[in-house]
Amino acid sequence: MIGLEHYLTLSAALFVIAVAGIFINRKNVIVLLMCVELLLLAVNFNFVAFSRFLDDTTGQVFVFFILTVAAAEAAIGLAILVVLFRSRRSIDVQQMDVLKG
Amino acid sequence: MSWIPIDYLPALPEITLGLGICIVLLADLFLPAKLRDVTFLLAMATLGAAAMAVGEAGTAGSVVALSGSFVSDPLAGFLKLFALAMLATVLLYSRADLQGRPYNKGEYYVLALFAGLGILVMISGANLLTLYLGLEMQALALYALVAFDRDSPVAAEAAMKYFVLGAIASACLLYGISLLYGVTGSIQIVDVAEALGSADQASAATLLAVAFVVVGIAFKFGAVPFHTWVPDVYQGAPASVTLFVGTVPKIGAFALAVRIFVEALAASAEAWAPMLGALAVLSLAIGNIVAIAQTNLRRMLAYSTIAHVGFIFLGFAAGSQDGVEAALFYTVVYVLMAAGAFGVVILLGRQGETSDQLDDLRGLSQRSPWFALMMLLLMISMIGVPPLAGFYAKWWVLAALLDSGHLWLAIAGVVFSVIGAFYYLRVIKLMYFDPPAEAGPLRPGGSLRLVLSLNALLVLAIGLFPESLIELCAQALA
Repeated sequence: MIGLEHYLTLSAALFVIAVAGIFINRKNVIVLLMCVELLLLAVNFNFVAFSRFLDDTTGQVFVFFILTVAAAEAAIGLAILVVLFRSRRSIDVQQMDVLKG
Repeated sequence: MSWIPIDYLPALPEITLGLGICIVLLADLFLPAKLRDVTFLLAMATLGAAAMAVGEAGTAGSVVALSGSFVSDPLAGFLKLFALAMLATVLLYSRADLQGRPYNKGEYYVLALFAGLGILVMISGANLLTLYLGLEMQALALYALVAFDRDSPVAAEAAMKYFVLGAIASACLLYGISLLYGVTGSIQIVDVAEALGSADQASAATLLAVAFVVVGIAFKFGAVPFHTWVPDVYQGAPASVTLFVGTVPKIGAFALAVRIFVEALAASAEAWAPMLGALAVLSLAIGNIVAIAQTNLRRMLAYSTIAHVGFIFLGFAAGSQDGVEAALFYTVVYVLMAAGAFGVVILLGRQGETSDQLDDLRGLSQRSPWFALMMLLLMISMIGVPPLAGFYAKWWVLAALLDSGHLWLAIAGVVFSVIGAFYYLRVIKLMYFDPPAEAGPLRPGGSLRLVLSLNALLVLAIGLFPESLIELCAQALA
């Protein structure tokens, strides 16, 4: 029987993979955007699992909103990526070092 | 206003602003470029209408509406009026900066208003979903604003960094919210607080949730160690956008922190207060020390922001009602001071280019004695010298810390403020004792002259008569 803890472990694993992907990735901005999506999907997993085991639909409604926001976020992210590519002719993460953070 | 169903009445400011944004967007589409000022005037009218709607919706009692997802209380009323007023101030500054630049487009005003709408929604959030949606609405508009100067590679880089780090912050906050939902079975702030309050002791899951929420909110405020986006965005974005990012979103972030920490997680104060205390001390240390090494005025102000965020967090870390009121007062004063300081950055920039090096301040007292005096007022207010507003802000936070027995946090606050005085004093030295790098007096436009003067004099006025603002802050949180 698959219990709540299995779902939570999977979601935590997805979250950690996504964060690791963002910080280890030194190559491509597209991968960063994919990792951002994965972060939100990990959270969605949590909400759906809790919703199922609490027998409460609020969590599933929340997931719909997160999916919508994720779509808008991807649109903005890709738009910024296009602007970045137009001015730089490159989407290499390592070349994003003009500003010293 | 009896034609509006009673349940929608509390949300009248947001509805007004939303409709106004649609009108501004449509009108700008049909206006020729030389009538850009009409867009600006429409945006200002929208803000005015929204401010009147705040009065119409009532700010006296606490009303929960829209199936428990929206609350209108004194805090919401106060913060909304302040946010709308600051938004109008930012638009006035921005108009002076945008004129003559290639990115002087009407979308600037639309995006700024959308970010403002997100902040208003966040201020009135009564459940975690509303808070999240408001936060995202503000953040998405801000990402686009930072990249607004499409031909600048620096702005694009800053926008990408802001976007990725902001998305991580939102995801951390959401992960914390999902755990809170799992622990308490509800996303209503009232129910979450009740469920956590009735539990005997905080479970490990609650602590984990609190930690994720703290990380998310610290990212949004720009507290150390989640501050790396702040200097880059402040330096890379167009000056008018930097002014915006540095001021109004702090009001929204404060509302988010109050709704989540003080209202939803009141029972877990032993968990989040020390975390915020640690972040506050780190922010004060890194912000004040790294600011000394900066040669770019905007980066210096970015690290100064980080240090001020440390002080706001100290207010929360006191864990008392008094501490939250002090944090609110500090936020209000800080937003005013930051608006003035970035106004000076806009003032220094000339037609078509931006002057934001510290050296550009050299001899400002000879080029423009009046604005050198205004900058002097803002800088010594940021140091915290009486009788300026910054002094009372710091004083109240420190008093709240001492009252709640956090002696070491108060000492850290004082020590790092003294260290921080160095770089503010350097600005004053450059303005008054160094010869100007370039000749010729500064001739800012009429509206910029007026707003900047009023802004700096308001900081002085609050410092001379702090009682009324202190009273307002106490009433808002009563």
